[in-house]
Amino acid sequence: MASEHGQPADTFSPIFGRFTLDWIPIHEPILIGTFAGVALGGLLFLALMTYFKLWGPLWSKWVVSIDHKKIGIMYMVLGFIMMVRGFADALMMRAQQAVAAGGSEGWLPPHHYDQVFTAHGVIMIFFVAMPFVTGVMNYVMPLQIGARDVAFPFLNNFSFWMTVSGALLINVSLFVGEFARVGWLAFPPLSGSSYSTGPGMDYYLWALQIAGVGTTLSGINLIATIFKMRAPGMKLFDMPIFTWTALVTNVLIVAAFPVLTATLAMLTLDRYMDFRFFTNDFGGNAMMYVNLIWIWGHPEVYILIIPCFGIISEIVSTFSGKPIFGYRTMVWATACIMVLSFVVWLHHFFTMGSGASVNTFFGITTMIIAVPTGVKIFNWLFTMYKGRVRLELPMLWVIGFLVTFTIGGMTGVMLAIPPVDFQLHNTLFLIAHFHNVIIGGVVFAIIAGVVYWWPKAFGFKLDEKWGRQAFWGWFIGFYVAFMPLYALGLMGVTRRMNMYPDAGWQPYFIVAAIGALIILYGIACTFICFFVSILNRKELACGGDPWDARTLEWATQSPPAPYNFPQEIHVVGREAFWQMKKEKYAFSTEYTSIHMPKSTATGVVLSALAFIFGFAMVWYIWWLAIVMLVAMIGVGIAHTFNYNRDYYIPADEVRQSEAKGTLA
Amino acid sequence: MIEPGADRPMHHAREAHAHETEHQHHSPTPIGFWIYLMSDCIIFGTLFATYAVLGYSYAGGPSPADLFEPSFVAWETGLLLFSSITFGLAMLQADKRNVNGALMWLSVTAAFGLGFIAMEIYEFNHLIHIGAGPDRSAFLSAFFALVGTHGLHVTGGLIWLFTLMVQIKTHGLTPANNQRLGTLSMFWHFLDLVWIGVFSFVYLVRLV
Repeated sequence: MASEHGQPADTFSPIFGRFTLDWIPIHEPILIGTFAGVALGGLLFLALMTYFKLWGPLWSKWVVSIDHKKIGIMYMVLGFIMMVRGFADALMMRAQQAVAAGGSEGWLPPHHYDQVFTAHGVIMIFFVAMPFVTGVMNYVMPLQIGARDVAFPFLNNFSFWMTVSGALLINVSLFVGEFARVGWLAFPPLSGSSYSTGPGMDYYLWALQIAGVGTTLSGINLIATIFKMRAPGMKLFDMPIFTWTALVTNVLIVAAFPVLTATLAMLTLDRYMDFRFFTNDFGGNAMMYVNLIWIWGHPEVYILIIPCFGIISEIVSTFSGKPIFGYRTMVWATACIMVLSFVVWLHHFFTMGSGASVNTFFGITTMIIAVPTGVKIFNWLFTMYKGRVRLELPMLWVIGFLVTFTIGGMTGVMLAIPPVDFQLHNTLFLIAHFHNVIIGGVVFAIIAGVVYWWPKAFGFKLDEKWGRQAFWGWFIGFYVAFMPLYALGLMGVTRRMNMYPDAGWQPYFIVAAIGALIILYGIACTFICFFVSILNRKELACGGDPWDARTLEWATQSPPAPYNFPQEIHVVGREAFWQMKKEKYAFSTEYTSIHMPKSTATGVVLSALAFIFGFAMVWYIWWLAIVMLVAMIGVGIAHTFNYNRDYYIPADEVRQSEAKGTLA
Repeated sequence: MIEPGADRPMHHAREAHAHETEHQHHSPTPIGFWIYLMSDCIIFGTLFATYAVLGYSYAGGPSPADLFEPSFVAWETGLLLFSSITFGLAMLQADKRNVNGALMWLSVTAAFGLGFIAMEIYEFNHLIHIGAGPDRSAFLSAFFALVGTHGLHVTGGLIWLFTLMVQIKTHGLTPANNQRLGTLSMFWHFLDLVWIGVFSFVYLVRLV
């Protein structure tokens, strides 16, 4: 430990860049313990995979697969794994703040604590919530529109692996070097080269840039899919609501993520090449960064929540046994939110001092967003009204969502009032608010979606008992963990504090820590639920249409064959599957061969090269970065010389595969 | 509660009687590429906005009037605009299924593009040499980032162009190659449009 911040001294060698063995954190017992755990788990995984001879199938059936269903499932796996990582950070913060009161320094030094809260935010948004929503959209949307796959299947695989590369880079920072200590949006000048020396901030930049490529491409892909791949006859206003929300979400991704890319690129230029965009001197303007990052950042929160609105809509309608109330208003409300989300960004920094008129404008636009959101809430309530509501697992999560998200939305409207915000800015009230909408909104809805579409993906339902335990753990845990933070925020407690002098706050923090433990119980039950259900999959097997559903994804086998539908379906009107059931429709038994895209390893190879490239850039290993860049361009070009990208599934194979399956 | 329209004789799901052919859906590539271009447009939009905000922060350093040479930029612009015309001529040849004609005009396009990049590298090198590099002021940072990003795009376009020329040479003007030629053409014209923005807002407006 050479410097007062616990960072090794600056050195540079042509071979290893600025990496030295001092950057391996062997003096940090927490990290060593974590590393030992990860290494043991990793070894166990490797051993089991080898023992059961699963490497071949993993590679050929999953890694190189361009099947949107498999990619969707892999996104979900990534999200759940990273959720464990991000939640471990959350537990560390709660444990630190529960004890670091009234002069005690707690057990996490600031240098480490700052990395923990930064990593928690970055991971939860970029590598948990984003994979979750992308995964659900990837799996469900093409089935809902009766497509064989997405518009660009190879690009889809590439997008996924780029996201994985970004996630890997962040996890590597845990054991090689350090992570950023700047908060999840990395405001300069703190994140600039003067105040953030060392590789932590660079891990942040390259992880997000690499994953961002994947996100943008995936957005383009899914928009093109919705516009070009719908089953014949399905008009835009015949699409299921979830597909509508997927469309809006991906439009937001394509419109917002380039801003993030450009902004992070400018910060990278500041850090690597002495550009002066956001520096204190030479005419730079740090508030320019804050504006730009929130021009991406606010649409981003709608990127996360809008597909969740779609999930809720599907489940409410199915379990109420009714078409969604106010289909058109639902669509227009979603579209309104899409537009409005781009004109509210300044409410994240009313305290910048841009004056009363500017703050008023952004305060009002923010409050206006509550209107279309309210339209949605009422549409869901009216869908349930006089319906035969079945309170099965997915519906349980939906009720939890409706209650919790509404509360979170209302505290958001409070924060939208500039004078109130001047009091609450950067306090724990804000932290409680956005966890209220992200856990109560995004997480609850995503788990609802997982429970709802699990039988679609695997052919069996999830275990009811453990599923309910998981729900109550999450639901109660959320309130116990975050209601105290609202109170603390009103007392003026700011966010990101490593320790605090006022012992009077400690009881609230202790309650919050207990809440986090209850959420831990919920998470544990979620995983137990998956595990128990997989063990008992024979008993839980449920056929093609377990929920008496209404939309097209349920019209085919569960799990669907690679080609999704044996024949193209001609759709007339909404709720295609509901109509098919009324008409007792069955697929024809005269099968024809089906045209499909071929698997390819190019996506995973390119992403692996991108990962090494990012690592080399973080550590200033210039030669390796150049080699990787050239290799990426080379592999990319080589891929374009492959014209042989598709094949036909013979009619006989389709017949056999369909004979196995069932149509409800 | 049923909405208007929901009660119309709604659904008649029947199987496709016609054989599913691979061309039943039109290729999604053009629309996908358009959407990509729009996302790229937003990257440029962000850099333009940054230039608009920081473009007057000279930090005591040189201003556009001290640095930009109108005739030099006019030549640069001319090269890029002519390359768009020659790309159009290559597309006309491709429409006539004339491989050699298309390749010839693509070569001319590449030559113009290379000339443009050479001029830009010369300009950047010159600016850095006289102490007006991107580290001199926020104005120059914004300038180098915007113009450099455009230059990187043109460079990428050139790599694509050379690759495609090899592919057209080997496989001819197959449907796949024609589609690629069409998307590259969109990309090339898009970069031309962006450059017109750069020429107007980065150079021209700041010189008058």
